Amino acid sequence: MIPDLGKYAAEVGLAYAVSLVLLAAIVGLSWRQSVIQRAALDAAEARKNG
Amino acid sequence: MIALLLRDLRLATRAGGGFGLGLVFFLIVVVLVPFGVGPETAVLSKIASGILWVAALLAALLSLDRIFALDHEDGALTLLATAPIPLEMVGVAKAIAHWLTTGLPLSIAAPILGVLLQLQSSAYVFVAMTLLLGTPALSMIGTFGAALTVGIRRGGLLLSLLVLPLYVPTLIFGAEAVRRGAQGLDATTPLLMLGGITAGSFALLPFATAAVLRINLR
Amino acid sequence: MSLWEYANPKRFMSWTAPVLPWAFGLAGLCLVTGLIWGFFFTPDDYRQGSTVKIIYLHVPSALMAINAWIMMLVASLIWLVRRHHVSALAAKAAAPVGITMTLIALMTGAIWGQPMWGTYWAWDPRLTSFLILFLFYLGYMALWAAIDDPDTAADLTSVLCMVGSVFALLSRYAVNFWNQGLHQGASLSLDKEENVADVFFQPLLLSIAGFVLLFFALVLLRTRTEIRSRRVRALQMRESRS
Repeated sequence: MIPDLGKYAAEVGLAYAVSLVLLAAIVGLSWRQSVIQRAALDAAEARKNG
Repeated sequence: MIALLLRDLRLATRAGGGFGLGLVFFLIVVVLVPFGVGPETAVLSKIASGILWVAALLAALLSLDRIFALDHEDGALTLLATAPIPLEMVGVAKAIAHWLTTGLPLSIAAPILGVLLQLQSSAYVFVAMTLLLGTPALSMIGTFGAALTVGIRRGGLLLSLLVLPLYVPTLIFGAEAVRRGAQGLDATTPLLMLGGITAGSFALLPFATAAVLRINLR
Repeated sequence: MSLWEYANPKRFMSWTAPVLPWAFGLAGLCLVTGLIWGFFFTPDDYRQGSTVKIIYLHVPSALMAINAWIMMLVASLIWLVRRHHVSALAAKAAAPVGITMTLIALMTGAIWGQPMWGTYWAWDPRLTSFLILFLFYLGYMALWAAIDDPDTAADLTSVLCMVGSVFALLSRYAVNFWNQGLHQGASLSLDKEENVADVFFQPLLLSIAGFVLLFFALVLLRTRTEIRSRRVRALQMRESRS
């Protein structure tokens, strides 16, 4: 299934790996911050109302 | 505005005002570089103009946070904001004072220190000229940066992070003019660009400086 | 009902909530198909060999690195002129995404440069410009992080973004002047003869669409997070007063 990348296999693989890791990092980070802030807001709203 | 300028000059030259510190820093950097790259004359004379420019830039950076910080601490900045002269002109006066106490001495010292770095004889004029032409832009850009970070405690490091990228075009054109001039090539274009940056900075950045000061004093 | 209504924080939260999963879904779809198409089903270039596959990451991320800064500039201007809080927060939200894109462009470029030019890094105008752009992003984010009061921070970073844009453009020309480069010219223009071949172009377009959508989705998500954190801050201040 993996295509024959010839002599540049290491470079191409590394480029894809680095990019995907960085993309995953920014998505994951944004997601985590979103979850944390949502929880904080819910807690603050609950304190205000309760 | 003249009064403000004179006051800043007096404050800077008084003991503990930091005048001369930039010069000493400049000297030390120039002395340290040969230790780092080795004493070969050929190598040194090749990179001398670039080192002088980078060292001058760093020396100018060193005294930036003093521009507004002291006035901000003792409340003089608030008085200046309500004073009859426009805040834009305060920015210009501060930049000129900073240039007179750092940029001008650096430009004069650079050719002298060039001897230590085996600067080519054809480059002396160009080093002095480009520094004279370029350091006012460094002072004005730095004043903007100092105004930006005036409200932040220990903003010195942040200030350099903000200001150094802004210094890139000035450095490129300044160093390029010296390089071309020293090789006997036509250096008109980089010199004109350098002058353009200085003129442009003084035309536009005072407004940004004043806007930023107003925000910080709110 | 004007366009600006959508920038009201409450309205923003309500219209973005249903849009967000679609944006992420579409972004993922475009990215996955574009990259898989590019990686598995395109031929090697006769000159560059298989390294040509890096183009599906390098070009879109470089495009978005610049577009993210332009978007921040526009958002900053809107904040300074019309004082829409969402606009300032969107600019703040875009910066980390933009810096990631810059980093991807720089790193894939370096990896591509090694086999093609024989070096990871050359002081080529385009590479240097991107490095400078990276520094601008760093400064912008550091200024946001350093100031406590959110409105002051928004004002100051907006001014920095405007001044920075002017100097970034200036640096671009300065760097061009300073060193002629190895880099090829624009590879995506409509009127040029020497363009990327269609086989590479179609997956590349899909991948660009994926990056654009991903940027959009991430900025929405991060802006929502910022709005929530502002609300939390406001509630905490009210609590501490009472």
